[in-house]
Amino acid sequence: MKLLPSIVLGTLLAGAIAPAFAQEQFVALPSYRVGPYASGGSGFYGGIIDYFALVNAAGGVNGVKIAWQECETEYNPSRGVECYERLKTQQGGATLVEPLSTSIAYGILDRIPQDKIPMTMLGYGRSDAANGKVFPYVFPLISSYWSQAAAMVKYLADKNGGSLKGKKIVHLYHDSAFGKEPLPVLEALAKQQGFELVKVPVAPPGSEQQAQWLQIRQARPDHVILWGWGVMNSVAIKTAQRNGFPREKILGVWWAGSEEDTVPSGDAAKGYTAMSFNTPGNYPVLDEIRTKLYKTGKGNLADQARIGSVYHMRGVTAGILFVEAMRTAQEKFGKGKPVTGEQMRWGLEHLNIDLARQKAVGAANMFPTVKTSCEDHEGSGAVKVQQWDGKKWVAITPNWIVGDRALVKKLIDESSNKYAAEKNIKPACMP
Amino acid sequence: MFYREAGQFRTTYEADGQILPIRQDRIVLLATLAIAVVAVPFIASPYLLSAILIPFLIFSLAALGLNILTGYAGQLSLGTAAFMAVGAFASWNFVARIPGMPMLLAFVLGGLCAALVGIAFGLPSLRIRGFYLAAATLATQFFVIWCLTKISWLTNYSPSGVITAQRIEIMGYAFDTPQRKYVLVLLVVALLALLAKNLVRSNVGRSWMAVRDMDMAAEVIGIRPMRTKLLAFAVSSFYCGVAGALYAFAYLGTVEPEAYSLDLSFRILFMIIIGGVGSILGSFLGAAFIVLLPVFLNIAAHGLALPTSVASNLELMVFGALIIFFLIVEPHGLARLWQIGKEKLRLWPFPH
Repeated sequence: MKLLPSIVLGTLLAGAIAPAFAQEQFVALPSYRVGPYASGGSGFYGGIIDYFALVNAAGGVNGVKIAWQECETEYNPSRGVECYERLKTQQGGATLVEPLSTSIAYGILDRIPQDKIPMTMLGYGRSDAANGKVFPYVFPLISSYWSQAAAMVKYLADKNGGSLKGKKIVHLYHDSAFGKEPLPVLEALAKQQGFELVKVPVAPPGSEQQAQWLQIRQARPDHVILWGWGVMNSVAIKTAQRNGFPREKILGVWWAGSEEDTVPSGDAAKGYTAMSFNTPGNYPVLDEIRTKLYKTGKGNLADQARIGSVYHMRGVTAGILFVEAMRTAQEKFGKGKPVTGEQMRWGLEHLNIDLARQKAVGAANMFPTVKTSCEDHEGSGAVKVQQWDGKKWVAITPNWIVGDRALVKKLIDESSNKYAAEKNIKPACMP
Repeated sequence: MFYREAGQFRTTYEADGQILPIRQDRIVLLATLAIAVVAVPFIASPYLLSAILIPFLIFSLAALGLNILTGYAGQLSLGTAAFMAVGAFASWNFVARIPGMPMLLAFVLGGLCAALVGIAFGLPSLRIRGFYLAAATLATQFFVIWCLTKISWLTNYSPSGVITAQRIEIMGYAFDTPQRKYVLVLLVVALLALLAKNLVRSNVGRSWMAVRDMDMAAEVIGIRPMRTKLLAFAVSSFYCGVAGALYAFAYLGTVEPEAYSLDLSFRILFMIIIGGVGSILGSFLGAAFIVLLPVFLNIAAHGLALPTSVASNLELMVFGALIIFFLIVEPHGLARLWQIGKEKLRLWPFPH
């Protein structure tokens, strides 16, 4: 009854809104701008779209304009899979996808090699996808959770004069796939460096943490790693203040290091540190976005004050990486025409964004230099630590920090080879 | 006119007791099934198959499971997604740990595990009923998801707790394209739906309905409430477990606790409320409504070039308004609307 007319109308509409765009490079953005994680999603996708609009305004990549389409997932895996299926065939076929959600990424992980659409996972799991021999179409660009955890330990060790021996670190984590992801790295490093790791889970969404902070206060740790997400972060910061725990000792993951986490905490957040793969500050590319897009009303964010905020800058970074991948692919497969998904994959695997290239796009030092290869789909693994001064984020490590790469590589190989064995994949580099 | 029964004589008890006594109904159902099995896989696009029809069928099965428990046996449950999760994780573990495990058997075993969990959490129904039971089944939801995140043995010590589902392979034949997955899901759902239809017509179903309508009276006429209620929990959980396994293997491709949130339990509850409580057809209509409406609204909003945030808020509003509308205008759901329509068509064009 309801089924048939809906399907007919739906397909008609889908057909009507998808005319052929031969000279455009189509990117699928299964985004989320409503629901519990809307603040992160709107900033991130706003940043990507702002950068795409900026590139298009300047004539595109060697004349090829970027086309994109959003589809609201509400961070729900089931909706995400539906969105991916819908977007992948639009406008001649998607050539890149970024879901910004671990669950959705896992849901489409098996489909992307079949569809030959590369997927990026900018700063989230699965970490072992950095092995391009097993996951040729997956790119956890810049830094995965494991690299970040290793860098966190490196930073804390440096802060304590080079060694963490005999110290106590609490891992306060969102009790989900996301919160548990860094445990293999932290456990291995605890054994190797001789510090004690206390694991304290917080049941999602984490709006009540009195018991956890009482436990933390009794444990008297030297540092607390806050591996949080959403509402959990500001609650943690406020509860720490109430229990008299110094915020300077808390080190947040990069999903716990945005304005959306600190501003609601008010004064409690002052002195709080968190990881980032962006150096906070202003850049020529952000100025360009302000003048060329927002002055003419073409910007994507509703609130202009969010330009250059943590999530927005992360989105701009993603946009730059995507455009550089298109450029790299075009240099090999022919300039001035859109590349296919397979060619885009090649571009992502041969990224080389050094400081000179960053300068050219007006983002010098905004993110670490990225150089990918078949063995290393991450391309960097370097991060920074930023601190909230009460008004804005300030980078407190002048240089990029890289943790124990050898250990991370070993874990990546172990885990990805296990996956390959389960799935009957023969690890090999693609040409 | 469309349902003219003149000339359709039932001369045997078999004819009298068949599922669809009217010939027109039988023709339509068989034609629908034939089209669904033979034509749809060839003409439907991969998007329609993998993003619309497969979830529709899987949710229909889950709604069927909940309808058996809530609609027929009268036991309100908010733990549907938890039973689905048990089915999915159990099937995954059976395939992962026992070499050469046939996939279909793994689905069945997953369903049986869910049935066991269902019986365990159905025990409170012997003492409490109504809203109190709903709150007790809510505990299932929290407990199962907590177990699945806590006990890493269940996820084979995967560091993130999210595992990818194995390839569906039955007797050496891989179900890896949308068409094949669709056919598999369709056959499983059709078979289980037929089973459910017969179950609710048998003495088991009648005892469920007796307990639902008045359990004291049912006990007096010799129905054992404990066995009846627990059987309803077991059968319902079995259906939900199989649906959960199909959801993980044929749709999502991953097995993870977060996909089986409380939100999903509520959605399945809405499906049976909108589709029709205590109706097999209602489970399908409700699932179609809940799966298709958001997608349809989303595509329509996109056609009107609305920004995505406005589009999804609009989607929530229209959805909410329609639910309220249905609850006020037709509390018995879409299935009842169809029944009324059918009765009208029987008399058309001369109503009296």
